[in-house]
Amino acid sequence: MTAMKLLKRAAFWALVAGIVLFSVFPFYYAILTSLETGSGIFTVSYWPDALDLGNYASVMNEGEFPRNFLNSVGVAVAVVIVSLCLAVTAAYALSRVPFRGRGLLLLTVLSVSMFPQIAVLAGLFEMVRYFGLYNTLGSLILSYMIFTLPFTVWVLTTFMRDMPVELEEAAIVDGATPLQIVVKVFLPLLWPALVTTGLLAFIQAWNEFLFALTFVASNDTRTVPVAIALLSGSSGKEVPWGEIMAASVIVTLPLVALVLVFQRRIVAGLTAGGVKG
Amino acid sequence: MTRLTLDKIAKSYGTVEALRDIDLAIEPGEFVVFVGPSGCGKSTLLRVIAGLEEITAGDLNFDGTRVNDLTPAQRGIAMVFQSYALYPHMSVYENMAFGLKLAKTARETVREKVEAAAEMLQLSELLDRLPRQLSGGQRQRVAIGRAIVRDPRVFLFDEPLSNLDAALRVQTRIEIAALHERMAETTMIYVTHDQVEAMTLADRIVVLRDGRVEQVGAPMELYDRPANTFVAQFIGSPAMNLAPARPGPDGLTIPGCAPVPLAASGEGLRLGVRPEALRLAEPGEPVFNEGPATLVEKLGETQLVYFEPEGAETPLIAKLPGALPARRGEVFRLAVDPADLRLFGADGKAMEATPLPQPA
Repeated sequence: MTAMKLLKRAAFWALVAGIVLFSVFPFYYAILTSLETGSGIFTVSYWPDALDLGNYASVMNEGEFPRNFLNSVGVAVAVVIVSLCLAVTAAYALSRVPFRGRGLLLLTVLSVSMFPQIAVLAGLFEMVRYFGLYNTLGSLILSYMIFTLPFTVWVLTTFMRDMPVELEEAAIVDGATPLQIVVKVFLPLLWPALVTTGLLAFIQAWNEFLFALTFVASNDTRTVPVAIALLSGSSGKEVPWGEIMAASVIVTLPLVALVLVFQRRIVAGLTAGGVKG
Repeated sequence: MTRLTLDKIAKSYGTVEALRDIDLAIEPGEFVVFVGPSGCGKSTLLRVIAGLEEITAGDLNFDGTRVNDLTPAQRGIAMVFQSYALYPHMSVYENMAFGLKLAKTARETVREKVEAAAEMLQLSELLDRLPRQLSGGQRQRVAIGRAIVRDPRVFLFDEPLSNLDAALRVQTRIEIAALHERMAETTMIYVTHDQVEAMTLADRIVVLRDGRVEQVGAPMELYDRPANTFVAQFIGSPAMNLAPARPGPDGLTIPGCAPVPLAASGEGLRLGVRPEALRLAEPGEPVFNEGPATLVEKLGETQLVYFEPEGAETPLIAKLPGALPARRGEVFRLAVDPADLRLFGADGKAMEATPLPQPA
């Protein structure tokens, strides 16, 4: 009986180890590669045999990479702030204000995210040109709304719909305006949802490639994913794998840090319930 | 000191009429209870007065000023909700201060008012707690405190006791009665489906059914002189016995019972007798009903004894002293005082019954 139990436990942990290995290995190998130079890169090894930070130094000091990094931060932060502001107000209307065509509007919002990016690229390009945003970060902030808004609106609408109506009515009786209800009563209760959706929006904006490649043409307005792809070595024939990996590791770190900082909030968001006062 | 007048108030949702032609005057400082079965419109009427529902037709006046288009805060009402509806992320203090802060009240004034209310409701020790750290009764008191601090002109309660357990309900009911004593100048309106709460708390009760007012009156007035069969059966527990009555030379007769010496004429009359008006007949007294008990429910100090007189559609229930060793199947002789009988016409409205002239 105990042997059976031990076996089960061992199998369970073996499975866990397998999953962890599967999901962490690519990142681990990137770190490994980023620490190697020269021909060391092309020998396959699974343990760090050199600790050379030269790749990091050259990525950070040469070219426009620090600038690209800041661009990415700016775009992602702006996308998160703008989409959360729009989504919170939209969610209030969609969940609380009865009006004709509310369901249709919600479906329309969702359907926007059905189109593949490549399908809307040409049309978006025209819009970007029309607004005079070509080759600016504004073009990216605008276009990223296409995929961040549908899910932020939907998630926040569902959350807000679950808020007890009496809570809102109590605030109305207390003399709160709709804006005060949203800001002072709903927002503090929506924190977990805001953090979770905001983080997802951030990740999407941070990793986006196609729009960033299309709407921005000059080096100093590029964002990181495109910048990494366009990193080139000293000669045209050489692919600077070490530097690419170093840059990849650098751009991953902010995401890891964000998730760690907010992980308690995220867990709270997943297990939230019983809002009833 | 606010006088409310409701003038032909109506409320409809699309084609569904929730309230029709509500005319009502509520005096300053009065404690009025809206009572009725679920779906009768009592909560809707309260929400209309609060300003949470728009009025479809008619005028709502506070002290003679029309308030139809004012927000709840502008009307100066405060409301205690059934689920308390405390703000979960705010402390007890912040919950109570929220309305005052929105009204841009000076900070010291807010503190004074909240502390005074907390003192009154025995919440002083709990001001820093969050709602989830409080018991049901404490949450209820915070909800009341949140309403008190705003010095409302009209104080509204929407079934405030229905989430409490039985023991706490009685205690909170007494506290609300005491609150009304202390805030004697504030007009209070209270909604409940529980007639005991209505009877014990109200200065006046408004009985509603299907969006209409059935009767308005002091609790004992409704109990003694119900205006129609609905009120007669709604107020009092168990409900008043009602049976079709036929006039005859010996007075009114209901199926299976002896005639009672009341004079009346007309078709479709109905005679009502409260279970507590029925008693065991003294020797030599005229017997109203004689028959075997079909069911006995012991309640302690009283017991409910059911009879099925011949030809009756509903059982006749008598409330007899609990000490009586009654058993099912036992034959009882019941008597009733003709003054305790109520007569209703074919339209369900109460009628005056005159004693049959005694033969000389």
